[in-house]
Amino acid sequence: MSTATSPKFLQSSLGKKLVMGLTGLFLISFLVVHATLNSFIFFNDGGLIFNEGAKFMAENPIIRAMEYVLFLGLILHCLQALFLTLQNNKARPVKYAVNNGNANSKWYSRSMGLLGTLLLIFLIVHLANFWVKSRFTGLPGHDANGNENLYLVMQEAFSNLWLVVLYALAQISLAYHLMHGFQSAFQTLGWNHPKYTPVIKSIGFWFSIVISLVFAAMPIAMYAGLVK
Amino acid sequence: MSHGNMNLTLKVWRQKDAKAKGQLVTYPLTDISPDMSFLEMFDVLNEQLINKGEEPIAFDHDCREGICGMCSMFINGQPHGPKRGVTTCQLHMRSFKNGDTIVVEPWRAAAFPVIKDLTVDRTAFDRIIAKGGFISVNTGNAQDANNIPIPKPDADAAFNAAACIGCGACVATCKNSSAMLFVSAKISQLALLPQGQVERVARAKNMVAQMDAEGFGNCSNTGACEIECPKGISLENIARMNREYYMANIKE
Repeated sequence: MSTATSPKFLQSSLGKKLVMGLTGLFLISFLVVHATLNSFIFFNDGGLIFNEGAKFMAENPIIRAMEYVLFLGLILHCLQALFLTLQNNKARPVKYAVNNGNANSKWYSRSMGLLGTLLLIFLIVHLANFWVKSRFTGLPGHDANGNENLYLVMQEAFSNLWLVVLYALAQISLAYHLMHGFQSAFQTLGWNHPKYTPVIKSIGFWFSIVISLVFAAMPIAMYAGLVK
Repeated sequence: MSHGNMNLTLKVWRQKDAKAKGQLVTYPLTDISPDMSFLEMFDVLNEQLINKGEEPIAFDHDCREGICGMCSMFINGQPHGPKRGVTTCQLHMRSFKNGDTIVVEPWRAAAFPVIKDLTVDRTAFDRIIAKGGFISVNTGNAQDANNIPIPKPDADAAFNAAACIGCGACVATCKNSSAMLFVSAKISQLALLPQGQVERVARAKNMVAQMDAEGFGNCSNTGACEIECPKGISLENIARMNREYYMANIKE
């Protein structure tokens, strides 16, 4: 048998899946760091520890370099998803008149494109709210420790009810996107085992719920005045 | 109408040939026995159509005992209908209720073009098999079976993968029209056995390449295929195919 017909790995269907899975897991690892750092606001010290953390993230050269990798990973994940979706649509030119998808799969497993698009829209708003300010347009003054006051930006943003609602709703998209994505990434990596897969699925489920709740708690707590 | 028999409304996809534009046509059916198989119900309908001088509905079938993989039919939004672990020929009318409307469509995939009515061209699967779904051995006297010891779990897993009858329900139900459950079963049944090792690397690469070339979609791990598969082929096979393909690309 000749292997001449085999395409380049990254152009193959399985290669593309691997890119989706690996970038997805990488983005999940970012979520953990992001949620942990931001949870510093719950120290309820007027954002002193939080601003200290923000300073570390802003000045650490490894973190700075990772920011580029993060954007690269995000863009790859989105573009690959777009290409795969277009290709998948082409694979079924005539749709079914009746298709009972709920009989065999979860709605969120079948709606990763929609959930991902909602997350991307949220992300653009989110970056405009915080990242653009902290990186480019500058932050409003310093806190008692002399650190740049990102905490104040957060407080201002989350005094706006609509923004709080948007942030909370986006976490629902995130929860469902992760509920499929987390365990799906391991399947794509080839990690399916009768002993470990139920554990991975369970971790994925609870991770999706917890991380989304942690993220949603921040704007809600600030708006409600629970964090000052 | 004898006791327990049903009146049904069928909506069946009728399409003259591959190029014609098809449509759902409604057929009322009376006095259908709950003990009939779904295909026997179609036989009754076709008899009636023939008697009326109409063109009977073309549908694939052969063994009618669930092992040949010929019958297809997307019934009320599910391949092989609402029951689990059965093909359309093993689906009985007792799975439906008197007065039900049943929508029957062909498998829908670019790689499975409609030939006529409910029959689709599944030779894409044959071309994938031709790319490596076999072992190359000299025929002759079979050696003693105990010459090659095979661990029981491996033999069982290979057998479970080999249960795939190639009906294409996985492709039909997949939101992406992906053929990965089928291809992974065919790769797995050989990758798990000593006889399959010689061509292992080339098999993974070539069968996946052919699958892509046929225009099947990409797997997004919804798991619908595993649920709808009449032979219970597991998603573990897709994970194994992923491993086989990654390793094959690392080696060559």
